[in-house]
Amino acid sequence: MAEPPSTPPSTPEAPSEPGSTAPPSEPGGPGSAVPPPEASDAGSMGPPSLRAPVIEPGHTMGTVTDSIAAIVLTKKPNKIWLIGFAVSFALLMVFLWSIGNLLVRGIGLWGVNQPVGWGFDIVNFVWWIGIGHAGTLISAVLLLLRQDWRTSINRFAEAMTLFAVACAGMYPIFHLGRPWLMYWLFPYPNTMQMWPNFRSPLLFDVFAISTYFTVSALFWFVGLVPDMATLRDRATTKAARLIYGALSLGWRGSARHWHHYETAYLLLAGLSAPLVVSVHTIVSFDFAVAVVPGWHATVFPPYFVAGAIYAGFAMVITLAVPLRAVFKLHDFITQRHMDNMGKVMLATGLIVAYGYGIEIFNAWYSGSVYEWAVLMNRMTGPYAWSFWGLMICNVIAPQFLWSRRIRANMPALMTIAMFVNVGMWLERFVIVVTSLHRDYLPSSWGMYTPSIWDISTFIGTVGLFFTLLFLFIRFLPAISIFEVRTLLPQSKPEEDDDDDDEPAPAPARQGAP
Amino acid sequence: MGLETGDVVELELGGRKVEAPVWVLPGQAQGSVAVTLGYGRTRGGKIGVGVGFDAYRLRTSTAFWHAGGLKVTKTAKHRPFAVTQGHNRMEGRDLLRTQRYGDKAHEHEGPPHLSLYPPIEYPKHAWAMAIDLATCIGCNACVVACHAENNVPVVGREQVLAGREMQWLRVDAYLEGPDDNPQTSFQPVPCQQCENAPCETVCPVTATVHSDEGLNDMVYNRCVGTKYCSNNCPYKVRRYNFFGYSVDDVFGLDMKAASVRLMHNPDVTVRSYGVMEKCTYCVQRINYGRLQAKKEDRRVRDGEVQTACQTACPTRAITFGDKNDARSEVSARRGEPRNYALLAELNTNPRTTYLASLRNPNPEIAG
Repeated sequence: MAEPPSTPPSTPEAPSEPGSTAPPSEPGGPGSAVPPPEASDAGSMGPPSLRAPVIEPGHTMGTVTDSIAAIVLTKKPNKIWLIGFAVSFALLMVFLWSIGNLLVRGIGLWGVNQPVGWGFDIVNFVWWIGIGHAGTLISAVLLLLRQDWRTSINRFAEAMTLFAVACAGMYPIFHLGRPWLMYWLFPYPNTMQMWPNFRSPLLFDVFAISTYFTVSALFWFVGLVPDMATLRDRATTKAARLIYGALSLGWRGSARHWHHYETAYLLLAGLSAPLVVSVHTIVSFDFAVAVVPGWHATVFPPYFVAGAIYAGFAMVITLAVPLRAVFKLHDFITQRHMDNMGKVMLATGLIVAYGYGIEIFNAWYSGSVYEWAVLMNRMTGPYAWSFWGLMICNVIAPQFLWSRRIRANMPALMTIAMFVNVGMWLERFVIVVTSLHRDYLPSSWGMYTPSIWDISTFIGTVGLFFTLLFLFIRFLPAISIFEVRTLLPQSKPEEDDDDDDEPAPAPARQGAP
Repeated sequence: MGLETGDVVELELGGRKVEAPVWVLPGQAQGSVAVTLGYGRTRGGKIGVGVGFDAYRLRTSTAFWHAGGLKVTKTAKHRPFAVTQGHNRMEGRDLLRTQRYGDKAHEHEGPPHLSLYPPIEYPKHAWAMAIDLATCIGCNACVVACHAENNVPVVGREQVLAGREMQWLRVDAYLEGPDDNPQTSFQPVPCQQCENAPCETVCPVTATVHSDEGLNDMVYNRCVGTKYCSNNCPYKVRRYNFFGYSVDDVFGLDMKAASVRLMHNPDVTVRSYGVMEKCTYCVQRINYGRLQAKKEDRRVRDGEVQTACQTACPTRAITFGDKNDARSEVSARRGEPRNYALLAELNTNPRTTYLASLRNPNPEIAG
């Protein structure tokens, strides 16, 4: 405990987990320096990448800090950033305009009707929530599994999670006929002496999503605190110093601070890990609990969770490829990250494909004329384009990821990720719309056509997402500075002679003006 | 002629021309066209003007009801029909049952459904409705009566085209048999008032709840409008206020004017924007009947409470009453072998049941 904390992981947990403290830093050290169990740990993501670097060689503590913090503090806004932000902000205004119209004129602006009571609203809600899943998985689960390669992508994956959940959260509110009464969904003491209905999956949603957002936000913020201190110490303007100073919560990098930080971070990781599974399970209950043929399926929870991770990783790749190109972060987001993310996508993609298979099998095996009709309608009905599009995007496209060459080819990887983004959207469209539009009584069958307002609201949430993301890239370190430093060979505890006299925030101080 | 429903054609008879949209009707005799009189009015008030086309222009005193030599020309125009039922086939589903004379009662019912929960008792009344499909002629009088009784708004062509018709009670028409000579049957579908109602469990704010008399109540001012109940209703009998139908000026009428508001039934809540609504079995009439009975210190008599649809039905296809009362008419009908529940396999246990339609065709007449 008294040991000067050169690296966060070498603090109190060190004795209890011998050897696992420093994320195994194969790149610098030869394999002999790494205890075998760890090698297998890291190898669980795939032996070929075992020795691939998670940080390019030639970096020191100082250069890591400099290159990441510079994006925030000193560099003038990049032209691409400016254009991107301007476009996103314009789209955000489209969102506000759409929602303003919705509130004034009514939900009839949307394309929803009888029998399709949910359309783009819930499709997009589930889509965004799904995208929000990679963040938690990368931050929490991979942290607990000691997958060190997560370190340089976890920060922006977490940010992506938060922003995606923020976008998703708009829909359950605004799809209400009377959104100003949305607080009725919360169990609060009231003069009506009314509880909400705890049997309704929509109520589960309220808890699942608000919990998810809160825990993700806390997790993200706690992880940011040491970096906020770095930025505070390097800030060149008074305003920046004040703001980053306030956000760093008085972080000085003492051993006690690191101890508390580590405890809190691990606890939050432990709290978030179940959320990876629970949130989308509960979202899937919205459908699985209903009697609607095509919704009422026990395979939904696992296959929704896999789909969410699938969608989440696709979105991380979609963002990481341009991010590393524009901000020249190849040293930190390496080929190995891309490779691993490609593999996760392939694995979850196969689970999702299995889910589709089970749906089809059950439609036949159930012997239910309604389930069978829904399947046939999906394949040959008026929305067959969405079903076959889904199959191409979500089942066929990821098969290319078996090839290592394609995983290493950024444009190809990005293209596949875009296919998956589209495919996951189509999946939700197929589930929500094609199940509802032809259910039990043919007399009530109908069609659903999204209105211009459905589309503008969706585009608007994309604007909201990217506006937040661009602001984040510009004003917060998109890559965790102090965690990447732990990846450096010189931060390994075996070499602590070199490092221990240098307290952790020291690099920050070096650069302070 | 390669015409499809919604194509606009020009009808020419003896030099007189009318443009009209086509409705391809199964069972229409080959080479014949039926036109409907009574539309295309030029003076019908704000609602009546400009609806449909005026077929009187084809009709002369020489041929009142039918004439030959009609020329049909297809135009490039298209006019979609605002209909509430877009599909008239049952797709092999057991929805509208028909028995022929001499048939044994259908044996559709599977094994009894099991539940983890104890059965719910309804010690007071247990309202139920039985609809005889053999006598229903599909006249829609019940639908109109329901509109009038329950302040169900009229939403207009645009909203019906968007699939947002407002009818608490609808009459489904199904065609059976070959396209050139199908058999048409009708099935009025009000809320089935399920005892195990799928809509009730999914509402997050408990806006739709079960009454102790077995009604599936809708609490309008608690509804926040998630539409989940409607999605989960297998019978799709719930209707939603996508706009403020009761106050918006849909037809250029000032819906807030005192004279217009007077059309509302004062015993029934006028629903606001963004809430779900549905058939209540005319709960205001039930309440009235119960109150009268209480004042006279007796039970509600069978037939004392009548729903609006029931009173309007010219063939008395609809029976309503208390199924707890073994001597009530509705109990008798529910005891008939023809009695069945729609989508019974879902174990919704509906209070509305149907008596299978009966056909007794003369075997000597072909078809």
